[in-house]
Amino acid sequence: MLRFVLRRLLATIPVLLVVAVVVFLMLRLTPGDPAAVIAGDSATTEQIEQIREALGLNRPLVVQFGLWAGSVLRGDLGESFFFKMPVAQLIAQRLEPTVALAVSTTLLAVLIAVPLGVLAAWRRGGWFDRVLMGFSTIGFSVPVFVLGYVLIWLVSLKLGWLPVQGYRRIAEGFGPFIRHLILPTLTLSVIYIALIARVTRAAVSEALTEDYVRTARAKGLPETAVLTRHALANAAVPIVTVIGIGVALLIGGVVVTESVYAIPGLGRLTVDAVLARDFPTIQGVILFFSAVYVLINLLVDLSYVLLDPRIRY
Amino acid sequence: MSRRWAVLACVCVALLAWALPARSETVLRVAPHSNLVVLDPIWTTAYITRNHGYMIYDTLFGTDAQGKVRPQMVDEWEVSRDRKVWTFRLREGLQFHDGTPVTGRDVIASLERWGKRDTMGIKLMSFVERIEAMDARTFRLRLREPYGLVLESLGKPSSNVPFIMPERVARTSPDRQIDDTTGSGPFVFKRDAWRPGERVVYLRNPKYVPRRDAPSGTAGAKIPKVDRVEWMIIKDPQTQANALIAGEIDLIEAPAHELYAQLRRDPGVQLVETNPLGFQAGLRFNHVQPPFDNVRIRRAAMAALNQLSFLRAQVGVPEMYRTCFSVYPCGSPFATQAGMDFIVRPDMKRAQQLLRESGYDGTPIVIMQPTDLAVIAKLPVVAAQLLRTAGFKVDLQAMDWQTLVARRAKKDPPSRGGWSIFCTIFAAVDMANPVVNQPVAAACDKSWFGWPCDESLEKLRDAFARTDDPAEQKRLAEAVQVRAMEIGTYVPLGEYVIPVAARKNVQGLVTGYFLVLWNVEKR
Repeated sequence: MLRFVLRRLLATIPVLLVVAVVVFLMLRLTPGDPAAVIAGDSATTEQIEQIREALGLNRPLVVQFGLWAGSVLRGDLGESFFFKMPVAQLIAQRLEPTVALAVSTTLLAVLIAVPLGVLAAWRRGGWFDRVLMGFSTIGFSVPVFVLGYVLIWLVSLKLGWLPVQGYRRIAEGFGPFIRHLILPTLTLSVIYIALIARVTRAAVSEALTEDYVRTARAKGLPETAVLTRHALANAAVPIVTVIGIGVALLIGGVVVTESVYAIPGLGRLTVDAVLARDFPTIQGVILFFSAVYVLINLLVDLSYVLLDPRIRY
Repeated sequence: MSRRWAVLACVCVALLAWALPARSETVLRVAPHSNLVVLDPIWTTAYITRNHGYMIYDTLFGTDAQGKVRPQMVDEWEVSRDRKVWTFRLREGLQFHDGTPVTGRDVIASLERWGKRDTMGIKLMSFVERIEAMDARTFRLRLREPYGLVLESLGKPSSNVPFIMPERVARTSPDRQIDDTTGSGPFVFKRDAWRPGERVVYLRNPKYVPRRDAPSGTAGAKIPKVDRVEWMIIKDPQTQANALIAGEIDLIEAPAHELYAQLRRDPGVQLVETNPLGFQAGLRFNHVQPPFDNVRIRRAAMAALNQLSFLRAQVGVPEMYRTCFSVYPCGSPFATQAGMDFIVRPDMKRAQQLLRESGYDGTPIVIMQPTDLAVIAKLPVVAAQLLRTAGFKVDLQAMDWQTLVARRAKKDPPSRGGWSIFCTIFAAVDMANPVVNQPVAAACDKSWFGWPCDESLEKLRDAFARTDDPAEQKRLAEAVQVRAMEIGTYVPLGEYVIPVAARKNVQGLVTGYFLVLWNVEKR
């Protein structure tokens, strides 16, 4: 087990290296010039060139990459061209809103979707199953921003129950923190509820056709025990996998929600950095996302051992 | 007895102080037009940094809403008979946020840094022999020859503004961004509360010494009337509108045109036109690459362009746009229709005929369209359609604004990553005369992107800069426009305004060129 973990952790190094090289080259090959953005719309070619020089952008690509890779190896992700602060500090500053949103969305989605998925599988083909599948199709199809605006219009503007936008850090008080988190969480969780409910339904449906379920029923176990201790437990691996992928996607993919609710998280940071061609920030954030992906996948793999005794590392 | 009374009075005062609620801090929450990332208003021409500059710095002169230059930090000044020596005296009591007095040395260092970077500053400095401090509050500008735009340069309201900084800050190389945000303006930047991309905070400067005259434009009394200003960075226009309606913010600097109807319907919201001159839309040709290196082809294209088509498509709200057949903003002193016949009466048949006669060989023209910049995204689409109708082979290329900004600096042929046409908007204040109006210049490689090249036009601009006779300035400004249109440096596409949206309890918004937050109060 320990060897497996170490092997997986070592395997992240070439992954991150490839990501670093690819991202670096892609950014440099993509049109766009951070110096032109910084200089402003009325700047002359000469001023833009001066800024390029100040930022080191007129050096050969190999030199630029070498300097950046060297500082990353020393644990320094560099300094943002625009925000004029270390990228690591920028990520740390933007991490809390994104993590809070990801955790609350995952919790809400799991708490709602798994029971719904199990029930749908249990009553497969019945009205509950059909209604749930219908709703999950809608949940997939409605764009996040449409749902976000509808919720804001109803809950914030018409009823005046919750704030329209913004984020309050947990240090500013638990009440404001939760109040600002409810609408974004509801908006974002719909798609994940749909996804997890569908996967749960499929996995539990399959488990319910297995011999051990028939045996459990034959020996007179109550239906709830059959569903939870036998069907759900054996269907847990795909469900946990999709939850894990969901969390990883959430960390990097909350761009629209963060924009609609003006949440200063990592998603918005990434978009701002890309639009401004802030190379150090984009590189740093993508490296960070890659590391998070690898780590979450590792945790999901390790959880299989707990969920399925047949799996050994 | 008197001692007893004194004790009693003290007790009463203490009880009153305890019983009365402490005055709550007034906070003005503003959604600015963009995120503030660069703090140095000399290093960048970005408008958001200019607005930040006006919050924390003061200027020697300001420009009022009527375009008149008025003293700001300067108390009095005099000009020698030969108009080569300008002596300025600062107002009494001016001090920086750190408590140190503003002196002539600070002014000199600030002007020197600005004069190495700003187009108008560079021009002024080319006439300056030396600047010297006479005493703590007096400084002198010695010119090699008379220059007509000394005050206009010192009081210019748009980026880069000659803001006055402490000497230790202004000594920073103009190629390097400053770190120190000490100014002497009406607000103090609260650096520890600054979260780029989220929030910018300013506090009222209690030591600020305002002028006594009424605020107008960037001139007059700059009295901070709220304790704290917070710029809340909300990027999504709909979210900005929702936050204003819900009362979570007090003001939106530049609401999207399509949201004005919704904002207008809300009883708690008012729309205020703080910048009546507004913005001018324009179309720029690439003069160094075929086919627009040929003046006859440029003129054929110009004949096809119709301002109303652009304005209807881009803005759509009739009361917020107007046609303006001048390179200078309509309503400003130099506005004229001279040389503008082609666009006053656009004629597609004539455009087609001119194009046939021009020898156009069917070279495709590349029009760059920035899809992510809503305020100009539709202009290139209209240009493409009109030019196709005129007979051009058009390649309309969609891209994000930053790609466009980088690509427009390239002089390569359109087929190899260059370009033929792009559209943009200019703040009207940046187009007010032949010196500040960048797209009208034709100084070859030193010109703005598109690089028009015309010696006679540059001579006219230089002559305008030298004279301070208003009638002569007017004549030269007109001549500049006529020549600029003859050679097609660019095409003005009309003007539009972007009124500020504010809660109704927000009062005292100053009319001028852009949003300034002194004099604004929350009632």
